[in-house]
Amino acid sequence: MSKNNGFKPKIIGFLCNWCSYAGADLAGVSRIQYPPNIRIIRVMCSGRIDPAFILEAFKDGADGVLVAGCHLPSDCHYLTGNFKASRRVALLRKVLKEFGIEPERVRLEWVSASEGDRFAAIVRDMVEQIRKLGPSPLKNMEAKA
Amino acid sequence: MSKSKLKIAFYWAASCGGCEIAVLDINEKILDVVQIADIVFWPVAMDIKYKDVEAMSDKYIDVCFFNGGIRNSEQEHLAKLLRQKSKLLVAYGACAHLGGVPGLANVANRKEVFEKVYATTFSTANPDNITPKPTVHVKEGELDIPEFYDTVRTLDQVVAVDYYVPGCPPAVERTLFAVDVIAKGELPPKGSVLAPLKSVCDECPRKKENKKITKIYRTYEKAPEPERCLLEQGIVCMGPATRGGCGARCLNADMPCTGCGGPCPNSPEQGAAMISALASILGLEEEKEKYTQEEVESLISQIKDPLGTFYMYALPASILRRKVVKE
Repeated sequence: MSKNNGFKPKIIGFLCNWCSYAGADLAGVSRIQYPPNIRIIRVMCSGRIDPAFILEAFKDGADGVLVAGCHLPSDCHYLTGNFKASRRVALLRKVLKEFGIEPERVRLEWVSASEGDRFAAIVRDMVEQIRKLGPSPLKNMEAKA
Repeated sequence: MSKSKLKIAFYWAASCGGCEIAVLDINEKILDVVQIADIVFWPVAMDIKYKDVEAMSDKYIDVCFFNGGIRNSEQEHLAKLLRQKSKLLVAYGACAHLGGVPGLANVANRKEVFEKVYATTFSTANPDNITPKPTVHVKEGELDIPEFYDTVRTLDQVVAVDYYVPGCPPAVERTLFAVDVIAKGELPPKGSVLAPLKSVCDECPRKKENKKITKIYRTYEKAPEPERCLLEQGIVCMGPATRGGCGARCLNADMPCTGCGGPCPNSPEQGAAMISALASILGLEEEKEKYTQEEVESLISQIKDPLGTFYMYALPASILRRKVVKE
């Protein structure tokens, strides 16, 4: 475990415009503390997340990726974007495992606009989880190549 | 003959030899090709040595059709040599274009591949555990064979490539199209894939009804209805994520597309594009209130070997290129 001392996970967060980004915003204006390891990218809908975005994030050095959208079943602004996101992420996780990347590095959560504290708790929990997993295995490989 | 003939070369690297046969699949049109071209190098058919290629002046060859990916040092050497000697280098077929089926070996490294091939397969008897070494000392001196790499690479990951002819092997119409544009000098911008921009679905004659699927079948588990979209019948078909130009020939033979044409230009990560497409068609939201993650998992677990299905030809060309192997 000593090698993970001082490891600061880099997490990319894809948050949907209508619920989760507003939830993160609420966490901010409410001064709720959460670790600064997450870099947030706002997208219109969790259904907009092409699995290629997540793969690209790992290639560019992310240790974890959070996808957050509106609660199932009926909060999605576009009706079914969150359903599609849930199946995409589930399928991608299977493929990631075959690529040798721990599927736990990708996390899908539902956060509504009123759940600032939930958002902060998810980020805290995820940072801790990624810290335990250690740096992305891709980094190790690139260092060798 | 007033005009001088085009000088054409063919080479094979990590490939099965099917692309060589695909060249001949153009049948009597090959006579038209020979009318306008001289073949100066073709190891599968002609006795010309590597040293003869080395003796050519730079850019001596007008067009080199290169099939196969790069998985050993000999192939890398020839890729660099032929690049130097050719005016146009064409990646011919899925292996040169994307890595192809041999590129699936990128889920392992050299050690694992050798272990499987030279030790653990049932038909192997190798008690001394001999595996290929680049250099061997025998009493007459030192013998060299090419070095086997950990990772299969596409041709354009090794040298600059001018054009791509997709397919495993390329469909006759793709080969003819390539020969035609080269002969007429009507070439698109460099780096182009010589195929239409749209997906296989665009050429597929089957009917789509926008039905959701709740059960996935492997090809042997179901005789498909002849006129309906295979994906909507629950058979995983790579058509939506795959570039057309093949005339949907597999679909016309009741077989699903496996993706040899590579990605469409607007969605260059083929496996991710297929994950997106498949996730959209897997249907559960009719029962919105009852939707659970467990149901999603059980639906998805029906897909056997997702990496091998979604990246059958494009693993070395994908964003991650290979599996992470922990030492």
